[in-house]
Amino acid sequence: MGDPMKIRAAIVGDETEVKVLMSHEMETGQRKNAKGQVIPAWFIQNVTVVWKDKTVLSAQWGTAVSKNPFLSFRFKGGAKGDKVIVTWVDNRGDRRTDEALIA
Amino acid sequence: MTGVRSLGVVLALAIAPAALAQSSTADEIAKYRAALQDGNPAELWEIRGEGLWKAPRGPKQVSLERCDLGLGPGVVKGAYARLPRYFADADRVQDLESRLVWCMVTLQGFTPAEARKNPFGNGSAARSDLEALTAYVASEAKGVKMDVPLDHPRELAAYRVGEKLFYYRGGTHDFACATCHGEEGKRIRLQDLPDLATAEGARAAYTTWPAYRVSQGELRTFEWRLYDCFRQQRFPELVFGSDAAIALTVFLARNANGAPFSAPGIKR
Repeated sequence: MGDPMKIRAAIVGDETEVKVLMSHEMETGQRKNAKGQVIPAWFIQNVTVVWKDKTVLSAQWGTAVSKNPFLSFRFKGGAKGDKVIVTWVDNRGDRRTDEALIA
Repeated sequence: MTGVRSLGVVLALAIAPAALAQSSTADEIAKYRAALQDGNPAELWEIRGEGLWKAPRGPKQVSLERCDLGLGPGVVKGAYARLPRYFADADRVQDLESRLVWCMVTLQGFTPAEARKNPFGNGSAARSDLEALTAYVASEAKGVKMDVPLDHPRELAAYRVGEKLFYYRGGTHDFACATCHGEEGKRIRLQDLPDLATAEGARAAYTTWPAYRVSQGELRTFEWRLYDCFRQQRFPELVFGSDAAIALTVFLARNANGAPFSAPGIKR
């Protein structure tokens, strides 16, 4: 299990803006260590965001996404106090779920 | 003669667009930083640091919440803007990092070596608790005016030593900090360098550390900045928490007095 995410969700007009900061190494599998051995790829593969039992974002990520990724998106609907649940799963099967209330 | 004169003209023409490109590059870097400021990964270190601060740790299983950062035991708010300073209990001028080590040793019962472990982190293999704690304490001083004291004779002495170190030329390259940071308009590659001898330059630089370095994917503290400057100058290694590191910090932090503290920042 990784470190906690930092999630912010706020109403902007008639949409909800969600900003997520995740803590992950996001190794590309292209780098080598000091001994010349390849550092194995290790990255977040799937990201899902759920609001009221409804998936509002589902993403498949690859190694081109930076270390400690920042994700920002908007969806229609959402009200103050609603819960937004973010989950990531990486290629090692490790996962992390955090939630935030819409402000 | 004509040949030489026309060469001069060509050179002048060649320099003008380069200077233009330089200033627009700085503008673009500023835009890049502004774009990254929202969602600064430094926040991940702040969260982890807050957890470390409040968790019972070490052989004595106590938290750092009784640690005196200069404003009384446990007071974190604004403490970073008033450091380094003289601490009577340690009989030493300390910056935040050395103060944290002191508290981890005296309150939590860690050995000095354990407390100083991984002062500068390297990915998930060697995470730095000190960098996380520093990020947390620094974030609690956001917006607070820099107010580093020079009231105690030891603080004044540290400032004088720091000033001397700043101008001291040495090493294989006969460099001083002032070689790059003592004049307006200097740069390394495309990075503009602040003139740290002026209040304006010191304020702009000091108040934005610690910072998340995008190119390293790490949060870096001011001690790291000094350590790496020494390496770049080909100076002997600047020892973490040493009197030299603290003296330089006193000199630069004091010169930044009056400016609102705005770290943890984000840098290239």
